[in-house]
Amino acid sequence: MKLDLILRVGVKLILPFILLFAFYVHFHGDYGPGGGFQAGVISAAMVILYGLIFGVDAAKRVVPNGFVQRLIPLGVLIYVSTGIFGMLGGHRYLDYGVFSHHHPAHGHEYGIMLVESGVIITVFSTMTAIFYAFAERGRS
Amino acid sequence: MSVISELVERYNYFITIFLMVAGLYVVIAHGNMIKKLVGLSLFQTSVYLLYIAPGKIIGGTPPIIDPAYKVYSNPLPHVLILTAIVVGVATLALGLALVVRIHEAYGTIEEDEIFSQDGEI
Amino acid sequence: METVVNSVLLTLLAIVTIAIIRQRSLFGVVILAGIYSFLMASVLIVMDAVDVAMTEASVGAGVSTIVLLATLFLTNSRENPQPRNVVLPLFVSGSVGAALIYGTFELPPFGEAQTPVHLHTAPYYLQQSIPDTGVANVVTSVLADYRGYDTLGETTVIFTAGIGVMLLLWGRRRRKDNDEGPTSS
Repeated sequence: MKLDLILRVGVKLILPFILLFAFYVHFHGDYGPGGGFQAGVISAAMVILYGLIFGVDAAKRVVPNGFVQRLIPLGVLIYVSTGIFGMLGGHRYLDYGVFSHHHPAHGHEYGIMLVESGVIITVFSTMTAIFYAFAERGRS
Repeated sequence: MSVISELVERYNYFITIFLMVAGLYVVIAHGNMIKKLVGLSLFQTSVYLLYIAPGKIIGGTPPIIDPAYKVYSNPLPHVLILTAIVVGVATLALGLALVVRIHEAYGTIEEDEIFSQDGEI
Repeated sequence: METVVNSVLLTLLAIVTIAIIRQRSLFGVVILAGIYSFLMASVLIVMDAVDVAMTEASVGAGVSTIVLLATLFLTNSRENPQPRNVVLPLFVSGSVGAALIYGTFELPPFGEAQTPVHLHTAPYYLQQSIPDTGVANVVTSVLADYRGYDTLGETTVIFTAGIGVMLLLWGRRRRKDNDEGPTSS
């Protein structure tokens, strides 16, 4: 029991910083290395670490399985809708010029932000769902 | 002497080819399915190295635009390999899920034993 | 100095690969694969590919190791036997390696700036990234703006893999006399 205590206290201290780092990597993807994929994997690593130390049931109370399964197509939907939004504005598919007519660089920045948010949602929920699927299989 | 200096310059490519051949050997020779999948991921990472090595310029910096630097390494291979890494882990996860189901159906994950079991039917 | 660090890291990579081939305990193979991913991330940083190094470290040494360990637990595997037939795979791998090494003599030497790779589209992206999109990280602007369609395909591949794993591993493990079925999760 004593060896378990160090792991539990240490992991509880470090988990919020992992999530903060994931958001930092996501939002600073424009000015340094980073982006949607890395941020999604790091935030999924937070949920996996919590599940490894405290049990998969405790992790499922915090991030429920049904919620994660509904998030997987949501990211792809956000990405595709950004493209279709461009078509509705009269431009081509995935043309970011539709977001700001008088200043095209700002429009491109809005488009990149929307698209990266779709990517982080899909990557986070897929990695978490894969971990839950592997963990659930062994419990008979 | 020029052959020696050429060999030293191409050390990157030699190590990349060695990693590729080692991954191929593990996939062909070993019968355990988990080890085959690890060998496949070795092969994939050597291909990443093969793409990114020609993009490097000695004396350049990572491709993040800053007024203080003039020479940047090539950003195009980085974009392609980013996609390839994520596709590789997706393939690995699916392959391992299949290995779990094969183990539940046959009781083993050695290739020879699965072939002998199938041959009896 | 960069080439010295590069050569040392690449030699370490080759040593770890030989250890993976010779190792018989599967748990050791999984841990060595994690070490290999971290070494590969270091090599990628020396080659100025910082985004790729972050992705390789988090995906290769994080998620890959977790999924491999979960499979080891679910299949109760411990060791893999030595391969019985070694001559034919060695011959095939050796001939493929010799052909590829013969091919690398035509590649440009490492680190030159005037090769055809650097002369056609890459200068356009490096110059036009900030006027067109306002983003300083050229890899992000190429990934999300200039080649955004490929990133849509990549997101769809991740989505498909997640759905596939969930379909394969839905439900509980099959018991001996009952039949398995999808239970509520």
